[in-house]
Amino acid sequence: MSAKRLSEGGRIDRSKRIRFQWDGRAMSGHPGDTVASALLASNEKVLGRSFKYHRPRGIMSCGVEESGAIITVGEGAKRDPNVKATMQELYDGLVASGQNAWPNVRTDVGSVNSLISQFLSAGFYYKTFMGLPPFETGKGTGIWMWYEKFIRKAAGMGRASREPDPDQYEHGHLFCDVLVVGSGPAGMSAALAAAEYGLDVILVEQDNELGGDLLGQKGSDIELRRTELVGALENAGVRIMTRTTAFGLYDYGTAGLLENVTDHLASPDPHLPRHRFWTLRARRTILATGGIERQIAFDNNDRPGIMNASAGRIYLNRYGVLAGEQVVVATNNDSAYRCAMDLSDAGAEVTLLDARAKIPGRLLELIGDRGITLMTNSAPLSAKGLNGVNSLEIAGGKAGGWRSKGKEVCDLLLVSGGWSPVVNLISHRGVRPVWNAENCCFIANEPHEGICMAGTAAGIWNTADCEDSGTAAGEAAAKALGKATGSGGASTSMPAVGGWDMPIKPLYEVRIDGRKSKALVDPQHDVTTEDIRLAHREGYVSVEHLKRYTTLGMSTDGGKMGNIIGLALMAEALGKEIPEVGTTTFRPPYTPVSIGALRGRSVDEHFRPLRRTPMHDWNLAHGATMTMAGLWHRPWYFARQGETITEAYIRETETTRKTVGLCDVTSLGKIAIQGPDATEFLNRIYTNPFAKLPIGKARYGIMLRDDGFVMDDGTTWRLSETDYFMTTTTAHAGKVMVWLEELLQTRWADLRVHVTSVSEQWAGCAVAGPESRTVLKNCVNDPSVMEDSAFPFMGVIETSLKGDIPCRIARISFSGEMAYEAYVPSDYAHALMEMLHPEAVAVDGCLYGLEALGALRIEKGHVTGAELDGRVTIEDAGLGKMASQNKSYIGSALRRRPDMTREDRPKLVGIFPVNRSEKFNAGTILCKKGEVSGLGEGWITGVTHSPALGHWIGIGFISGGHEAWSGKTATAADPVRSKEVQVEIVSPHMYDPSGERMYG
Amino acid sequence: MIRIKCPFCGERDHSEFTYGGDASIVYPALDASAEEWHDAVFLRENIRGMQSETWHHVNGCRMWLVVQRDTVTHEIRSVRPAHEATAKLFAASEEEVA
Repeated sequence: MSAKRLSEGGRIDRSKRIRFQWDGRAMSGHPGDTVASALLASNEKVLGRSFKYHRPRGIMSCGVEESGAIITVGEGAKRDPNVKATMQELYDGLVASGQNAWPNVRTDVGSVNSLISQFLSAGFYYKTFMGLPPFETGKGTGIWMWYEKFIRKAAGMGRASREPDPDQYEHGHLFCDVLVVGSGPAGMSAALAAAEYGLDVILVEQDNELGGDLLGQKGSDIELRRTELVGALENAGVRIMTRTTAFGLYDYGTAGLLENVTDHLASPDPHLPRHRFWTLRARRTILATGGIERQIAFDNNDRPGIMNASAGRIYLNRYGVLAGEQVVVATNNDSAYRCAMDLSDAGAEVTLLDARAKIPGRLLELIGDRGITLMTNSAPLSAKGLNGVNSLEIAGGKAGGWRSKGKEVCDLLLVSGGWSPVVNLISHRGVRPVWNAENCCFIANEPHEGICMAGTAAGIWNTADCEDSGTAAGEAAAKALGKATGSGGASTSMPAVGGWDMPIKPLYEVRIDGRKSKALVDPQHDVTTEDIRLAHREGYVSVEHLKRYTTLGMSTDGGKMGNIIGLALMAEALGKEIPEVGTTTFRPPYTPVSIGALRGRSVDEHFRPLRRTPMHDWNLAHGATMTMAGLWHRPWYFARQGETITEAYIRETETTRKTVGLCDVTSLGKIAIQGPDATEFLNRIYTNPFAKLPIGKARYGIMLRDDGFVMDDGTTWRLSETDYFMTTTTAHAGKVMVWLEELLQTRWADLRVHVTSVSEQWAGCAVAGPESRTVLKNCVNDPSVMEDSAFPFMGVIETSLKGDIPCRIARISFSGEMAYEAYVPSDYAHALMEMLHPEAVAVDGCLYGLEALGALRIEKGHVTGAELDGRVTIEDAGLGKMASQNKSYIGSALRRRPDMTREDRPKLVGIFPVNRSEKFNAGTILCKKGEVSGLGEGWITGVTHSPALGHWIGIGFISGGHEAWSGKTATAADPVRSKEVQVEIVSPHMYDPSGERMYG
Repeated sequence: MIRIKCPFCGERDHSEFTYGGDASIVYPALDASAEEWHDAVFLRENIRGMQSETWHHVNGCRMWLVVQRDTVTHEIRSVRPAHEATAKLFAASEEEVA
């Protein structure tokens, strides 16, 4: 036994026991534990296996930088891989397991990889599978695809659940004056200072408690100070968010926060989301994000039992776990001395290696007569022991390098290679951190976009200085926001960077030339010091390329653990200084964000908004099967007892052509166009003339885009001198509205026209078929308004239905039958259908849905959004005669460009199968007979069975149009379904081409 | 997240808006030549720095706005209604306040 739980001390509640499972074995811990601290207390050494070499890994840190104890938490649908054991709070019944290992992390078959590790160096895959030298056999895309299958299988850390995520997630929005990230001494002081000026402050902490570094320090005075600050924050009204990570900073003081709501709970309230994704907008931001302790690269520096010095101290002081009994602490800076003291006081035998030759008296006083063996000018050289360190070979400094100077037996090695301020968030704003040579770290202390650094994040090491820097930052924020003015305010000055008794000694790697070593830089991705030197030898000079070639810093810790060492080694190899090499760019997120949190509630039926017409319930009550049309739910068909969809729509189509059909057309876009210049406006946006449209008449219109392609079609009704009612296709309703607003506000500001979307205000029903007039006649208050003479084709009336329901009706036809579209204010939608339906039934009419609507319009060759897809000219759509020669309109200049007027452009056509009993599919490509290749000569946009013609028909586009194909056979090819049908190309007007039925 | 100070609604997230395009383009008369229309529709400067552009407050007041925005830093220098007469009214009322 080496690591053990002490009988007292720490922030855990020993009176309660929490039971959990680790790799199928029952374990226990206490409230306040993380999985890492509980496993450490149980002396579990190997908690993970590395990515490539399957090297045994233990706990390396106690924070978000963890690169060893990466585990899977939960089972089944709730299985969550790559959880840092150091961040996972313990709860009763938690199930955790190791990953990247078989059968388990302790005895892993995959560890044979470490025997062939010399072949798995940086760029291994690129090199090997680009061909095997000397003849480069096995080269090329085909062979790579073959290899890739196996590589993919071997790659990856952990396995995500393949089941749907059973948890809920939420999005939220926050606003505040000052956002403070991090609740160490600096963050709490900053929040307090800002709040004391009456500012609205939000303090965000990723941990479950406030305190930051104070939580890992020893002593009742420390805890007293912490509780005092927490109390003051609460009194000052600071909004405190724990278990919440600011994972990214964006423009205009926007921060992305991820709040962990239930990941620490054994049986959470089912109404609670698992995570909340907050978008926070702050006027000022203070980053008191602290620092992350660095490792030093030396042989086997990734063995279980080697961790950051600060982690050893925190496990002791916060979790009451003494991680080893014979401890070597290796450092190049002052910070590890406290660690050595605390562990020694807890009963460990401590040897302290300091890479620096001379130690100032104050530090010597600190360690005093505890019996700590201090070895100066010393550093770790090589760790021994496979599944747990058992001794350390020590290096002694000599001129220009290191020499071996003996062994020290130990069961725990704590390393401090210096501190890296967490500058990730400020880097998200495009700020390049600057190398501070004296303190061997990158800092980014220039205020930028109202963001200010404080505490260790600003390179300030002492607790007292950190508090002062926080206060100064809080006061500066208050001042910037117009508070803290005058002589009384903003009196604290920002302490200088640094604060150690003796400068840090730059030390990134300890090795002896010519001696083989396996020293890890990025332990998660198994990037070694040799990989970095190899990359340099192979010509990599840019740090960004180095990163991608070696995958340094691309693991789940995002380079928190190894980046600086990697840079230092690259700089050494290049013979440059670190600032000349530069650093890679940190990008969001700072720590992983669950996919669930990103999607929030936008999942399944909530993935996008749903639109229902005001007769939705009425349609359902009358047997509608619904389908999606854009965001709309529309009736698809109204099946009678035992009918299939095909039988239903064929009956609906036949009935409509024979008597009458009713169809909910509410989803069409409807726009009120009003004002003295409304006529002029319409005349400019439509290709056909609108200047002389009489009041009480409707006109079918086509509008083009600036570039001359068709934007949309629809009818526009003239209700009065200055009042028009425009309908658009369902698909383009939103786009047309935006376009009209743009024209009126940005181009034609002189036109006195208002456009208002009234799509929601009017519910519409198409009444189509020979009996349509009879039906409406029986519904209107005054039947005479429906007489043919009073209400001719393309006529418009505003009238009232029985019961004085206001109504506007136009005699327009999409079906090719005599037909009307009747609109009532939406609240009357139900009443409208209740009135129309019995009248339709009385003449043997029926309801019809989108499928029959499609059949009717395809028979007639009428276009919809499927045809008007943005690539079609007005001529392509067979509507060239609607382009006025006598006026200019939007698109008139560019629609005549040479390529848009070519004769061989794909043009709208009708399609018949040569063998009339055959069926074909929409989406099929049209090719010359027997020449099925490439994109073909055209495509099919819609297919239906035509009851009128008695066979399947289609609508689509083909090069040159139907005239060019007269007498020729084309092949409708469907390579996906391996189907080919020989077809005839005909005029798109496949039924009643002269339109006799429409004029009634 | 860019925050745009809509003259009608106040400061809002850019997700309430849609980007229009280059606000400096003067579209030719409808009867102008195809060449003039070609230049207006297809030719754009790729500006690094302050750019004048249109945004539509589509999930707000539905007004088109002219925004002066730095394409590098996203700093917004000014926002005004695209409709000139309305913009003048705003400028006048701002002067009154001043």
